[in-house]
Amino acid sequence: MSATVPAHEPAPTPFAFFMRSTLRAFNTNKTSWVGLVIFLLVVVAAILAPWIAPHDPLEQDVLNRLKPPSAAFWLGTDNFGRDTLSRLLYGAQISLIIGIVSTFFAMLIGTVIGMGAGWYGGRFDTVVMQAMDVLLAFPSLILGLIVVAMLGPSMTNIIIAIALTSIPPFARIARAPTIAVKERDFVEACRSLGFSDLRILSVHILPNILPEILVMGSLWLANAIRTEASLAFIGLGVKPPTATWGGMIREGFENILDSYWLAMVPGVAILVVIFALNLLGDGLRDAIDPKLKGEA
Amino acid sequence: MTAQPVLSVRGLTTSFRVDGEWRSVVRDISFDIGPRETVAIVGESGSGKSVTALSTMRLLPAANSRVEGQILHEGRDLLALPEDEMRRVRGNAISMIFQEPMTSLNPVLTVGYQIAEALIYHRGMNRETAEAETLRILERVRIPSAASRIHEYPHRLSGGMRQRVMIAMALACKPKLLIADEPTTALDVTIQAEILELIKLLQEEEGMSVAFITHDMGVVAEISDRVVVMLRGDKVEEGTTAELFANPRQPYTRALLAAVPRLGSMRGKPDPQRFALVDPVTGIATEMPDEVSTARVAERPVLEVANLVTRFEIRAGVFGKVAARVHAVEDVSFSLHAGETLSLVGESGCGKSTTGRSILRLIEPTSGSIMFEGQDVRALDKQALRATRRSMQMIFQDPFASLNPRKTVGSAIAEPLIIHKLCNQAEARDRVAALMKRVGLTPDMAGRFPHEFSGGQRQRICIARALALSPKLIVADEAVSALDVSIKAQVINLMMDLQEEFGLAYLFISHDIAVVERVSHRVAVMYLGEIVEIGPRASVIDNPQHEYTRKLMAAVPIPEPSRRAVRRGLSTTELPTPMHDIDYVPPTRVYREVGPDHFVQVMSA
Amino acid sequence: MTAFLIRRLAFACVTLFAVLTLVFVLVRIVPGDPAQLILGDQASREAIVALRHRLGLDLSITEQYRVFLVGALKGDWGVSMVTGQPVIAEVLRVLPWTIELTLVSLVLGVAAGVPMGVYAAIHRNRFFDYVARIVSLLGLSFPAFVAAILLLLMFAIVLPWFPVISARSGSPTAWFQSITLPAINLGLISAAYIMRVTRSAMLEVLSEDYVRTARAKGVPWPVIIWRHSLRNALIPIITVVGLYLGILIGNSVLTEIVFNRPGLGKLIIGALNQRDYPMLQGMMVIYTMVVVLVNLITDLTYGLVDPRVKLQ
Repeated sequence: MSATVPAHEPAPTPFAFFMRSTLRAFNTNKTSWVGLVIFLLVVVAAILAPWIAPHDPLEQDVLNRLKPPSAAFWLGTDNFGRDTLSRLLYGAQISLIIGIVSTFFAMLIGTVIGMGAGWYGGRFDTVVMQAMDVLLAFPSLILGLIVVAMLGPSMTNIIIAIALTSIPPFARIARAPTIAVKERDFVEACRSLGFSDLRILSVHILPNILPEILVMGSLWLANAIRTEASLAFIGLGVKPPTATWGGMIREGFENILDSYWLAMVPGVAILVVIFALNLLGDGLRDAIDPKLKGEA
Repeated sequence: MTAQPVLSVRGLTTSFRVDGEWRSVVRDISFDIGPRETVAIVGESGSGKSVTALSTMRLLPAANSRVEGQILHEGRDLLALPEDEMRRVRGNAISMIFQEPMTSLNPVLTVGYQIAEALIYHRGMNRETAEAETLRILERVRIPSAASRIHEYPHRLSGGMRQRVMIAMALACKPKLLIADEPTTALDVTIQAEILELIKLLQEEEGMSVAFITHDMGVVAEISDRVVVMLRGDKVEEGTTAELFANPRQPYTRALLAAVPRLGSMRGKPDPQRFALVDPVTGIATEMPDEVSTARVAERPVLEVANLVTRFEIRAGVFGKVAARVHAVEDVSFSLHAGETLSLVGESGCGKSTTGRSILRLIEPTSGSIMFEGQDVRALDKQALRATRRSMQMIFQDPFASLNPRKTVGSAIAEPLIIHKLCNQAEARDRVAALMKRVGLTPDMAGRFPHEFSGGQRQRICIARALALSPKLIVADEAVSALDVSIKAQVINLMMDLQEEFGLAYLFISHDIAVVERVSHRVAVMYLGEIVEIGPRASVIDNPQHEYTRKLMAAVPIPEPSRRAVRRGLSTTELPTPMHDIDYVPPTRVYREVGPDHFVQVMSA
Repeated sequence: MTAFLIRRLAFACVTLFAVLTLVFVLVRIVPGDPAQLILGDQASREAIVALRHRLGLDLSITEQYRVFLVGALKGDWGVSMVTGQPVIAEVLRVLPWTIELTLVSLVLGVAAGVPMGVYAAIHRNRFFDYVARIVSLLGLSFPAFVAAILLLLMFAIVLPWFPVISARSGSPTAWFQSITLPAINLGLISAAYIMRVTRSAMLEVLSEDYVRTARAKGVPWPVIIWRHSLRNALIPIITVVGLYLGILIGNSVLTEIVFNRPGLGKLIIGALNQRDYPMLQGMMVIYTMVVVLVNLITDLTYGLVDPRVKLQ
């Protein structure tokens, strides 16, 4: 941050600027790359499941029950003789859809709530944020569990339950920088230039807090996938026979003594996806945190 | 200077590792500090003066900094000492105080403990002895009712009190040398005067040496025996204070001294005057010719403020009842003509910024009237207010904070034009180019982002953005306070050029009285939310009538070494707050006309 | 401080009231008639009417709300549909198991997480820091039930050191045996979490001006770390640990299932499977009370650590 103006270079467009700073964030933290690549591989595998899965995930084969991994069944078969690898690939679809959709809605609603509370302040802020705090303090798994139990275990209801429990962190993360940015002079400058609230919020504040929200998004996507798996493990997942990772572990756990891989394979898959997302989000968070900037 | 120096810096070079590369920020600096001597290290931002101090104390992070050269103290090279030996030097033989008293004290430890700590670890005292000694030290730094303060936490103390605690901490072990890194920069001018006085007095009592780091030539003249001038990591010049001020040898020193506004230099000139032009090669200044007033006093004022009141409510208790009110602005009235500059001066918390923001209704005033171009601003609805704000603009202290970091400066300047539908994209581009040229930038810079500019350039951008809507009134809230002196002079000259060209009215909010003297037609002095004195600049500054105005003027450091002997006497002021109980009714104030258009609040008995 | 206490207590009451209302609404937005759901399609009309009466569903909604609120506060949470026992008795019977497990694992988490976090922060970007960051990230990526199954497989099945079912019997050895694996499971995840929070809080504090002041004063390094820095870092650590208790309670449910250990988790799963509505409602009430209590304790701890709190 020297006082000199760099030599003439073509001015970047805002998009190029955004891309460039994102790339810089990735480069300063190599582990983010590892996380991103692993996560994208899982996404691609889930999308390609119908083409690359060796078997039908629902096809039962009574002659091949509880088989250990072999050439025909790379990751073995379950209690009904279904191919574990195929179920794993199809299960990824469920995990990703539920995770991404619920996180998206939580992000959207939470950001609006947080920005609104931060911008308007006063009583509104107090009431909304205390409600958020209560929701945040309540064990999200228990809340999700009750909501799903009451509404019934369908995909939509699971998405609603998980989205509901993930709203408060986004509201919090959107509120703090909104207040910080609101108090910065450029927002006062915008007001004195006669800009409307909506314009200031959407054009001037949102882009400034978006990176933090997206980083939170990757961390909470990991959490949503974990919650979905936990619910399925408890028996509140998308109804069988549809393959879900949590459900596979639940079924595998019943045969833990002789066919331990049935629980281990989906367990490791969940772990890898969550770890990849955490690597991604954690690395990016370090990179965009202004407090840590300028240090080695 | 025959005695052995207390500290001898030899060939000090400090480098930081930035992106894997070592970059030197201080290069080959040498100087001595003799016994009982005060040496000022002066320079603008980025000169490396603070890094020099931190290098001496070896307080820079070891991971990404490197200090070379020698720092000799009592025959030992501090840079060669093992860390544990160095720890025994810090706070014991050499102490340091810092710029930010608000953040430099640990919030979870009591004031007493933080002072006693030095005694416990360096003198091996036990808790009780240390506490008794602490009490004695607190009294020495003139903290009122020291005995009760000893168990308090820092958040209960004001900035000035905290800086006294910092000094007490530094002096606990009777060091040979005190390094003071901009210790008064964050303080108000009257508090600054008290702290400087205290440091001078304690230096005499203790017989210690002082290294005083500052950017303020006025403070340098007041406190130092010798001066070391630094520029971008190099030592430019060194000499006794008297000699350096009277006869600067280097162009940079000359330019620096020429750019410093001196309170009292405008005596006998009724109108504002631009800063002298300084030749960057020789550093020789050419005074600008006296000016003709730009104020159009014959017309109806652009802005008329009458009985303006702005209060904030403090809520407390279980149900958030209003427990008290801050009377931030209380019964403020003034008017401002086109082409005129009215300065609001005062110390922090006096309500000058709130006044500015209330006029633009960035903060809703509680009562009073604001007439802008004959229109009642307080009666405007949201829509009309937005339209009216086009004609009244604001410039802020921190130009970087007032620009959106993610927008190019071109689009920042164009945005108001497009929002208010004053022109289309293509016309906006031309307007931006013209505006940038007008404020001394080149149009091809429009595609760059704020972080690619220097502080002075950013303030020019903010001015261009404010000018885009062709305003009549500009509220400049500490607009030049954060800038280095040489840049400050240039930006002020630009503002005065623009005033002449467009007939702008400036409401110039500042705590810097020397600058105010230079730029204003009229001055209003604020204290605790009220105007205590208002009138033509020449009259108010040359002939202050109100007690507070006088105190304020007397506290301003003057870059004139001959004044060093002037002693202000020790005092300890706690600025009262404008916070009152809810049933408080402010007294009706009476103003007395002491000269043409010069009014002074009649002091209540 | 008293005003602060009263405010927090008032807030706790409001929270309790709000969440109880939420629970009431949640249990009643079930599509269909609970009585019908419980008894199934073949149930006779009379049986359903009788059950509706037993559940209080024949009262008006405001009357139900009043009965629920008064009951919740008085400890009268209804009777379990399955066992016929009062809900509160069932809850109190298993509550000590869950409290014991969460407390032991929290202590483990703090004892391991705080010192490691402090050490990693001091040795930032050194080998230990890198390893600790990656390992802790892995630790908090583990779904609690996956980690639990792994532990069970390794230390109860492959190496038969611990019992597969973690129910305690009389002797201290048996107690130790039954709690070790579940507590380690939850403790490791907590430690990963607390270590990361401690590390970042310490990094922030270590860059503060007052730490520089302490160094300039010549205070020995260990004193700077433990007295000057950690006490300030505790403020964000307490916040996060308070919030983390929600996650910990969720994780304890999963752990109890895997280790087949009695506790609130097993109880709630049982109630879910049996559609035991009074029991579910009672469970929600007890969780709410626990959460409100934890929040209150967190707030009071602030008051002890941070002298500025008293001002507000």
